[in-house]
Amino acid sequence: MNMTVAKSDISASIPSAPTPPASSSAAAKIVPLPLRQTAMNTRIRAGLVGAASAVIPPLVMIVLLLTAWQLLCMRPGATLPPPSKIWTEAYDLIVDPFFVAGPQDIGLGWRVLTSLQRVAIGYGFAALFGIALGTLIGQSVWAMRGLDPIFQVLRTISPLAWLPISLAAFRDSQPSAIFVIFITSVWPIIINTAVGIRNIPQDYRNVAAVLQLNHLEFFWKIMIPSAAPYIFTGLRIGIGLSWLAIVAAEMLTGGVGIGFFIWDAWNSSRLPDIFIALAYIGIVGFLLDRMVAGLASIVTRGTAAN
Amino acid sequence: MTSYCKIDHVDKVFTRGSTETCVLKDITLDIEKGEYVSIIGHSGCGKSTLLNIVAGLTQATIGGVILEGKHVDEPGPDRAVVFQNHSLLPWLTVYDNVRLAVDKVFGSKKSRSERDEWTLHNLNLVQMTHAKDKRPSEISGGMKQRVGLARALAMEPKVLLLDEPFGALDALTRAHLQDTVMGLHQKLGNTVMMITHDVDEAVLLSDRIIMMTNGPAAQIGEILTVPIARPRKRLELVTDATFLKCRQRVLEFLYERHRFVEAA
Repeated sequence: MNMTVAKSDISASIPSAPTPPASSSAAAKIVPLPLRQTAMNTRIRAGLVGAASAVIPPLVMIVLLLTAWQLLCMRPGATLPPPSKIWTEAYDLIVDPFFVAGPQDIGLGWRVLTSLQRVAIGYGFAALFGIALGTLIGQSVWAMRGLDPIFQVLRTISPLAWLPISLAAFRDSQPSAIFVIFITSVWPIIINTAVGIRNIPQDYRNVAAVLQLNHLEFFWKIMIPSAAPYIFTGLRIGIGLSWLAIVAAEMLTGGVGIGFFIWDAWNSSRLPDIFIALAYIGIVGFLLDRMVAGLASIVTRGTAAN
Repeated sequence: MTSYCKIDHVDKVFTRGSTETCVLKDITLDIEKGEYVSIIGHSGCGKSTLLNIVAGLTQATIGGVILEGKHVDEPGPDRAVVFQNHSLLPWLTVYDNVRLAVDKVFGSKKSRSERDEWTLHNLNLVQMTHAKDKRPSEISGGMKQRVGLARALAMEPKVLLLDEPFGALDALTRAHLQDTVMGLHQKLGNTVMMITHDVDEAVLLSDRIIMMTNGPAAQIGEILTVPIARPRKRLELVTDATFLKCRQRVLEFLYERHRFVEAA
């Protein structure tokens, strides 16, 4: 592969040298263009090969898994529907995520968006509150000693266990679901931020001391960039947990979200719909994780490599 | 008549639990303006602690530091430090690392374009303008130390504190950087206090060499004035009688009279 690229580069550069002296404009125009095109072609081909090697293996695996599933669930008496049955029965859900056929009969895209909106609010609060509290705990030895054991216990509590308490407190399903998201994702953000702040190298603190940075400058110019890799680890765990929690919370609180859809489909024995919803949840969760990871790599560039 | 910078009867005692360790005992030293002073001693003798006390990063237990007639016990840009491990902020470019210091020290005194100019001027002094847009992870150890030096110089410190600035570098890079520091001292006339454990380096660069006894309770054992005219040339000094004599004095102090004893 590399050899062909190198060769075509050489062949492209050699004839381009004698072109300027050739005064005939027609010749000068014709010669470089096809050559440059071949160089570009090889580059495009390299890109295509790269993309194919990333896409084809998972595609092959998906086909294999679907085939196995089809074979296993095709025989009579199978408890779960095979992919072919899902395709025919849930066809409208698969092809159009954004149809609206009635107040409770809407595409899964809309349901996911509703769930995402709840996650956005709950997770947004968790990020703000978690980073703020984590910073405080990382800075103060006494806050650390007092709060860390409590957090370590609280963070192991299942999101659903919080639901009755939040329902009792808010007396409404919408804020309760948001609170469950918040309480689920806030712990890893607090703990990771605190560790990040505590691990700011003494060197950076010394630099800040010599420069006489005030608290605000220290926060923005030293603390946040230095702890950013830790903070983003927390944020990434947090977004994953909140997406796990929203489905469970919506199953119990009802409404429009994707979680309630699954519960509703189960109650009305629409098994194929549940599989489609699962696919949606998985893909959206994957995209959320990629998004936070992408944001992290942009924000923390250079920080990790010291 | 008081001196420019005076380390006045400094004791330093570290307390951990009920055990007290006396690191420095009754250190008194006068540094003149424009003077280049080296502090040399075996590892663990508290020379870095002494520098940190002057920098204000560590508090003296007894005594203190007087700079231009004022008692200083907090860190500040008037005593800029070049740290042993460069301590550049890895998320900032070379330029931004120096600019951060320039903005902080001259934020109210210079206009934006003047600060830009001053940043570039200091990078130019250490020949690092070419890498101004690189991040610290993309440049070599010697280059990082140059940027650290530029950052310290950009603060226009009254005393420039060098904490084993060449310790982590290979011999060739170290020599090169020593020449740079020597040239800058000649050109700018900074007052410099340098920690080192390299005898040749101390003799080559210093006007005076402060030799520390071994800890605990390290003291100033001897002070040697290096009577070699500046500008000094590395190659000429190799055979210079005064240089060799000074070198021998320091070596004798370190390896005969105050031989390093491994802690049991």
